Amino acid sequence: MTMDVTQLQRRLRDHEATLFQQGYLDDDQFSQLQKLQDDSSPDFVIEVVTMFFDDSENLLKSMARAMEMVPVDFKQLDAHVHQYKGSSASIGAIRVKNVCATFKDFCDAKNLDGCVRCLQQLQHEYSQVKTHLQYLFRLQQEIKAAGGSMHAH
Amino acid sequence: MGLKKAGSEGGSSSEWRISALVVDDNATIRFLHKTILKGLCNMEPKIAKDGKEAVDMCRSGENFDIILMDKQMPIMNGVEATRKLREMGVKSKIVGVTILDNESEKEEFLAAGLDLYLEKPLNPTMLRDVLKELQLI
Repeated sequence: MTMDVTQLQRRLRDHEATLFQQGYLDDDQFSQLQKLQDDSSPDFVIEVVTMFFDDSENLLKSMARAMEMVPVDFKQLDAHVHQYKGSSASIGAIRVKNVCATFKDFCDAKNLDGCVRCLQQLQHEYSQVKTHLQYLFRLQQEIKAAGGSMHAH
Repeated sequence: MGLKKAGSEGGSSSEWRISALVVDDNATIRFLHKTILKGLCNMEPKIAKDGKEAVDMCRSGENFDIILMDKQMPIMNGVEATRKLREMGVKSKIVGVTILDNESEKEEFLAAGLDLYLEKPLNPTMLRDVLKELQLI
């Protein structure tokens, strides 16, 4: 039992390190979120990340809708991208944030092809970070269920 | 103002209660900033989804020690909301919060009446420093 917990904890640490090294998550910002989790808010990180997932899905749909309009509503599209840039930065999802920065430039230039490519990239980056975060949370839950702590040394 | 000291003289910052308002059109950010401030202010912050809601809350008599004001919001943006609040005589510390802007947009926001301007993402360390700089703790 103890070995299982130790293995899970190692897997968790390795997975976190990979997320930071591969640039999916900003180490500093995500660590600051984790520090906000305590006895009074034991599920804070999952809650805020789940909100980000809901946000993401709504904003990505809204962006697609704005680009389907004739003529394209670049101002509305820019507003959605701006919002997504802020929320992704707030949870430390830097790859998503960086695509938003490029996307904004294409909105400013009213470059539809560029916007289409950026939306595809955003959908890809969001899907990746979501998968990685869901795996992270699954590991944390398995550790908890096995009686371990997420912060073992 | 909403600043109250819950303990005796010379107590720690955890004895201070600071009333705060988080103004942002994004639910994730509202939740995050509210959680950070709750820990620092020892009071549950209030929220507004756009500048108009914030202005209406202050107009109805609500007082806040600190207002975290997003810039780009629908209905009424942060620049306009800040300007209106200052015209109304609101004395709250207003901290503008936005994702990286160009210099002229930053200056426009500051000129509307901000006490401070911060770039997202925010975190507890930054906000603690802000509360100290504004002499709220």
